[in-house]
Amino acid sequence: MDDPGTLFPPAPVWEGSGTSRIPFAVYTSEQLHQRELERFFYKAHWSYVALEAEIPNPGDFKRTVVGERSVIVVRDQDGQVRVVENVCAHRGMQFCRERHGNRKEFICPYHQWSYTLKGELQGVPFRRGVRQDGKVNGGMPADFELGQHGLTQLKVATRAGVVFASFDHTVEPLEDYLGPAILAWFDRLFNGRALKILGYNRQRIPGNWKLMLENIKDPYHPGLLHTWFVTFGLWRADNRSQLVMDAKHRHAAMISTRGAQGQAAQVTQVASFKPDMQLHDARFLDIVPEPWWGGPTAVMTTLFPSVILQQQVNSVSVRHIQPLGHGAFNFEWTHFGFEDDDAAMTQRRLRQANLFGPAGFVSADDGEVIEFSQSGFASKPFHRALAELGGREVGDTDHMVTETLIRGMYRYWREVMEAP
Amino acid sequence: MIDTALDYPRFLALTQLQARYAAAVDSADWDAWCELFTDDCVYRLVPRENHERGLPLATLSFESKGMLKDRAYAIRETLFHDPYYQRHVVGVPLVLRVADGRIECETHYAVYRTKLSELTMVFNVGRYLDTVLETPDGWRFASRVCVYDSEMIPNSIIYPI
Repeated sequence: MDDPGTLFPPAPVWEGSGTSRIPFAVYTSEQLHQRELERFFYKAHWSYVALEAEIPNPGDFKRTVVGERSVIVVRDQDGQVRVVENVCAHRGMQFCRERHGNRKEFICPYHQWSYTLKGELQGVPFRRGVRQDGKVNGGMPADFELGQHGLTQLKVATRAGVVFASFDHTVEPLEDYLGPAILAWFDRLFNGRALKILGYNRQRIPGNWKLMLENIKDPYHPGLLHTWFVTFGLWRADNRSQLVMDAKHRHAAMISTRGAQGQAAQVTQVASFKPDMQLHDARFLDIVPEPWWGGPTAVMTTLFPSVILQQQVNSVSVRHIQPLGHGAFNFEWTHFGFEDDDAAMTQRRLRQANLFGPAGFVSADDGEVIEFSQSGFASKPFHRALAELGGREVGDTDHMVTETLIRGMYRYWREVMEAP
Repeated sequence: MIDTALDYPRFLALTQLQARYAAAVDSADWDAWCELFTDDCVYRLVPRENHERGLPLATLSFESKGMLKDRAYAIRETLFHDPYYQRHVVGVPLVLRVADGRIECETHYAVYRTKLSELTMVFNVGRYLDTVLETPDGWRFASRVCVYDSEMIPNSIIYPI
């Protein structure tokens, strides 16, 4: 390891064909990151972009991203959800600057090119030239066709009020993309009830975007890092649990049911378990089971590559991963409730939201550990991380004492990234 | 006509309460922070977007001094975080209303964060919307809502703003 060539390897070096040892170099290269954007965000994959409840009326729009490309999610005059790229066909300007609003059409302020909400170019100033002193000056060439110069339109799929988009019009149907095992958990949360948006939290985490997915594919840490989880029994290694993946191992659901809160053998012999801890105000954990849970008190679903679906007792949110180069991502939390929630349930969801987000009693830790993993990776990219809890294989389990979901995601990552 | 007139002793009490608040949260005296509030206080840390769009979600939303004490305990005992200093620079309160022994006011703030071995950065910028009142123990916050402009939280917020 004295050769500078191996200390700063040009590409990740895997030990054999498995994925239980993950080269630090998968997190540290801008070139590799661009390949990930191309293969995971811009081709053959669906990305989360919005909840329909954010754009209830014709003309309502929301600006967001697919990967690192700016897009506008808009409900057109016919009520259809459209997604168009926020890049003017003329000079490439990202013309939409507001993050939400209502428009009848999109107009780029630079030269007033105007587009329908579907992204069709409808008008170009001075297209036929400007008449002066009896002659026509300028104008677009006679063969200029408006129909050839619309905004880039993305393929759109909606399911129970959740909107996904893809730049790749040959992408498989969303339901096939998620696969039956994951679709069942998606449908449990989004079962057709209208959603009520409660609000947003936004944070920038200085770490590679994949680390956020790995954090929610890692049921090992919550009962160790997060005192509130282990002490109040919300997530700990002896809770009845199940880990489920799609056939390609890219998506996953971690399903768990709150169990004992007292001391129990190995799981509470950890520094983070505090047997005497009691809340001064128990309303933070005023948990009321809901019929749609069907038992599990926490289901955390990762839909590769862009979004995490959160149910932690009464708190539900979608967490959108928005990469910013290889070393950082924006993380946008949209908390919601359901149209049939009474005032007490809305209040409960809002109180429990104190556990989550960038300042949450639980989730603030996650951004911190991701930052310092990234620092470790950057300092010695020739090294590798371990994901060997529960063995070196990939498969569904009926417990949470395993890192199989991380191994599964990297099996898929290698299949896609190492393909010619 | 909304009454915004304050005599000097009450204006001094208001500014001293705000100064004591900044001193407490910048010196990591979380117990002192809790004691600047009434028992049934409100403390909220809210993105400006949610505030202006009427969305009820807050980054932190506490409804009692007990909840503040739970946060103080979490900072000391349960939240893993990178150690840092914070420093509040707080403007002069704009008095919005004086009624029933309560003062409502709005005050700009900027918070700087300094991590060990790192440069100081602007951490969180916004305004406080306060309701303060005089209790037998002195002036206290009945409500402090921090509405922050900062679009992106630089990873996490651990200490109270």
